[in-house]
Amino acid sequence: MSIILWLVQIILVPALSPLGVGLTRKMKAKLQNRKGASVFQPYYDLWKLFHKDEVVSKDASWVFNIAPTIIFAVTLFVGASIPLFASFLGNALTGDMLVIVYTLAIGTFFLALAGMDTGSAFGGFGSSREMTISALAEGGFIFALLTVALRGNSTNVFTISETALSSFSYDSLPIILAFLGFFVVLLAETARFPFDNPATHLELTMVHEAMILEYSGKKLALLEWASANKLLIFATLGTNLFFPLGIAQSADPKAILIGVIAFLVKVFVVYVVIAMIESCMAKFRFFRLPDLLIVSFILSCVAIALLQ
Amino acid sequence: MIDTIVSPAGFIALLSFFFVGALGSFVFQKNDRLANLWGSLFAIVGSIWGILFSILLLRSSSDIFFTTGTSVFPLLSISFNLDKLAGFFVFVISLIALFCSIYGLGYVKHYYRKYNIGALGFFYNLFIVGMLAVVTASNGLFFLIAWEIMSVASYFLVVYDRDDEDNVKAGFLYLIMTHIGTVFIILAFILLYQSTGSFDFTSIKASVALVPLSVKNIIFVLAMVGFGTKAGIVPFHIWLPSAHPAAPSHVSGLMSGVMIKTGIYMMIRIFMDMLQPIPAWWGLTILIVGSVSSLLGVLYALTEHDIKRLLAYHSIENIGIILLGLGSALTFSSLNMPTLALLSLVAALFHTLNHATFKSLLFLSAGSVINATHTRNMEEYGGLIKYMPQTAFFFLIGSMAISALPPFNGFFSEWLTFQSLFQGLAGLDFPSKAIFMASAGALAFTGGLALACFVKAFGATFLARPRSKEVEHAKESSFLLRFGMGALAILSLLFGVFSGYVSSVLVEIGRGFDALSTAPSFLSVSKNYGLGTGTFSFVSAPMIFVFLLIAIVLVFLATKYLVHKKQEVIIGDTWDCGVNLNPRMEITSTGFARSIILIFKGVLKPSIQKDVEYHDDKSRFLPKSRTVILSVNDVYQIYFYLPLSKFVAYLSERAKTIQGGNVNFYIFYIFVAVLASLFLVQ
Repeated sequence: MSIILWLVQIILVPALSPLGVGLTRKMKAKLQNRKGASVFQPYYDLWKLFHKDEVVSKDASWVFNIAPTIIFAVTLFVGASIPLFASFLGNALTGDMLVIVYTLAIGTFFLALAGMDTGSAFGGFGSSREMTISALAEGGFIFALLTVALRGNSTNVFTISETALSSFSYDSLPIILAFLGFFVVLLAETARFPFDNPATHLELTMVHEAMILEYSGKKLALLEWASANKLLIFATLGTNLFFPLGIAQSADPKAILIGVIAFLVKVFVVYVVIAMIESCMAKFRFFRLPDLLIVSFILSCVAIALLQ
Repeated sequence: MIDTIVSPAGFIALLSFFFVGALGSFVFQKNDRLANLWGSLFAIVGSIWGILFSILLLRSSSDIFFTTGTSVFPLLSISFNLDKLAGFFVFVISLIALFCSIYGLGYVKHYYRKYNIGALGFFYNLFIVGMLAVVTASNGLFFLIAWEIMSVASYFLVVYDRDDEDNVKAGFLYLIMTHIGTVFIILAFILLYQSTGSFDFTSIKASVALVPLSVKNIIFVLAMVGFGTKAGIVPFHIWLPSAHPAAPSHVSGLMSGVMIKTGIYMMIRIFMDMLQPIPAWWGLTILIVGSVSSLLGVLYALTEHDIKRLLAYHSIENIGIILLGLGSALTFSSLNMPTLALLSLVAALFHTLNHATFKSLLFLSAGSVINATHTRNMEEYGGLIKYMPQTAFFFLIGSMAISALPPFNGFFSEWLTFQSLFQGLAGLDFPSKAIFMASAGALAFTGGLALACFVKAFGATFLARPRSKEVEHAKESSFLLRFGMGALAILSLLFGVFSGYVSSVLVEIGRGFDALSTAPSFLSVSKNYGLGTGTFSFVSAPMIFVFLLIAIVLVFLATKYLVHKKQEVIIGDTWDCGVNLNPRMEITSTGFARSIILIFKGVLKPSIQKDVEYHDDKSRFLPKSRTVILSVNDVYQIYFYLPLSKFVAYLSERAKTIQGGNVNFYIFYIFVAVLASLFLVQ
């Protein structure tokens, strides 16, 4: 039984993440009075890309070739190391919050290097912008997680979920502040509005898309999939560490069923909010982004200070 | 067998290896090859002996304390104290010296017939002897002699490449700064002597209760400035970014990796060992100093496009991180929380070891690149990964380790540092809590910025297309160079994967201090070599490594064999919007960091200067050439050193008036001086 649960835990993130992207696009389309593609379109896209031939720049080195594998593997690793639907699948080995932050940074590191590898002007500037944003997001990211870690008295994300559930209340101000801080980091790290526009290929606006501009075929599929995974990972962290309601605490089938449903509903809400933000907000000018990121850091600092 | 090595004779043998190496290369200076071989081989053998010696010392249960010879001066005694802490630093010095010497054996070849190889071997070995004596000396005066040997020998290594005017200037700055630091150290020792009546570390420690608190506080400030100058804390770091790049690369590796740590060693020795118990504000001050150093270090590193200066600024950053661990250790120990103090001290020591490994690795790889391209300017690199694939790989590992990416060693010591800061943040009251919070924030931002900086360094150096002709002629380095780098790269991984074991050894070193000897270890090491801090957190380095590896291999195999095998890969040009693709389209290291610099413009003070030259100065319609100079103004230069030098100049101007040129006046001065001293002596 627990082996099956572990397998589900490992493959759940890559299996569901394209659906999340499809849902966001569908909702955005609806909000713009368009019909929009099917929510399963990202799966078709991945399938199509995996079967396409590739064009690789002659300036590219092995870093360019290996980067998609590493980036995707990192999201698999992190996806398996965080509480999804069950907190009892405690993973003491790799489930430390700093491990998660810095393992995700491996992905960012290789993505930025891959962007520079082909020597195109787009890739280089994409990398520069990405590293600027992620460097400034780091403080908010760690401190937001630290708020819940101090409340849960552990830096293990599973334990945080578990203890947060027993002491959960809706009006805990520090948690709400830290969540707001975390949400800003979520938008920054997953290349959403107002940090980046995931749907554009204009050189002035793109960050993530600029770095993967030279990719095609299988490697592009891996990168697209990895970024979908990353979005789901952040949505999961945001919901299960701050609002762990419904998460399964035992291997009881009923608890697990509730856990899975609660997980899907909570993550769905996050995707809806992201779609709403993307529909009613413009992308920020690049040099206004630091303000937002510092606000996220300060929100978390205040949250920690308020924590008893 | 073990007793014969771990003995005074064993340690004397260790020093004599380097002495023989130094003298031999001096004697054979007429013959370049022989001098290099002799100097490097003795350094290699000595380092291996040092590693063996220190490992056995750390495993043995007793310390070694001995005095050699009878000194003619009453206060000077050549006494060594080889306790666990000294043993650890002997280990770090020997380990890095080993790989730097192997690298040096190959690297020095390009100085043949250009400079005196014998002198290089002489000062190189003397430098290592100096460092070994510094971390083992047990007498204040003997310590100062060792300190001077280390500083002066390294000065000659800095100015070794003397054809370059800048190197001579850098060496001069280094010599001045290191002696200003030494003045503060001497003052600190004199104050200690005044209260305790001895220069011997053991007697000072025994009678430390005689030192009044106010004097202790002054000693703290003096020692912080003195040893901080050597360690490179902001704002006393100005010598570091110019001196480290000037030296030959294997010496830079030793200076950045090990020499600056001797400052850290003495801080630990004095604050943690000799002056206990200490007031709480010392630790908090060190935390603030550490935060400022780490943040400013990494920000200035981002502004650099000289690869070795960039690495030198990262040394300042990492010294800051070590100080964060040390500062929390001191705070906890003065608040009588020895368990947490032990955890923080382990973090500081572990980061000392890790920084030594990956920083020397990075300096050696940078040296290998410079050797092939004959420039330190990163804007003239690009695409080196195709010409020097192995050097690029080693540099990549060094970059990942210094950016604290798991499973490399940098992550685990930063993890421990974070944990000790978190403990202070959770357990202490205001204002300590606020300082710990600020430090944790500084560490978090430092990590992010370091990652950005190494994307820039690696990307601008090794990726994309060559930006100069030199790169196209670059060849992979010789075997000895690659061996030195490769071994350090493997060590960076091993110290990461076996961080649990390393930490358990470091806990024993921490227990060597009286204040911590009975502390129950908060840090636990489990069966699978994981690291844990109480029930608060746990991380398993081998498992992270294995799981990451499994995930990468799985993804690799799945994409290669599972999905659609009949795929064609077409090699084409990079998309360039239809214009001619050339290296000028690539992002440069200046361009890469410009946005971060503009964001931090309050601190970094970026300046932009535009010059236009016209064909006709009067009509000014047709520009001939345009120049844009982007630079950064150093705030500590503007607000600290410039006013200071102005003040000194003003004083000198005033003092000049007594120098009238009349001999009679001078005789009068002498007369007054004699009278005054007669009265004082009475």
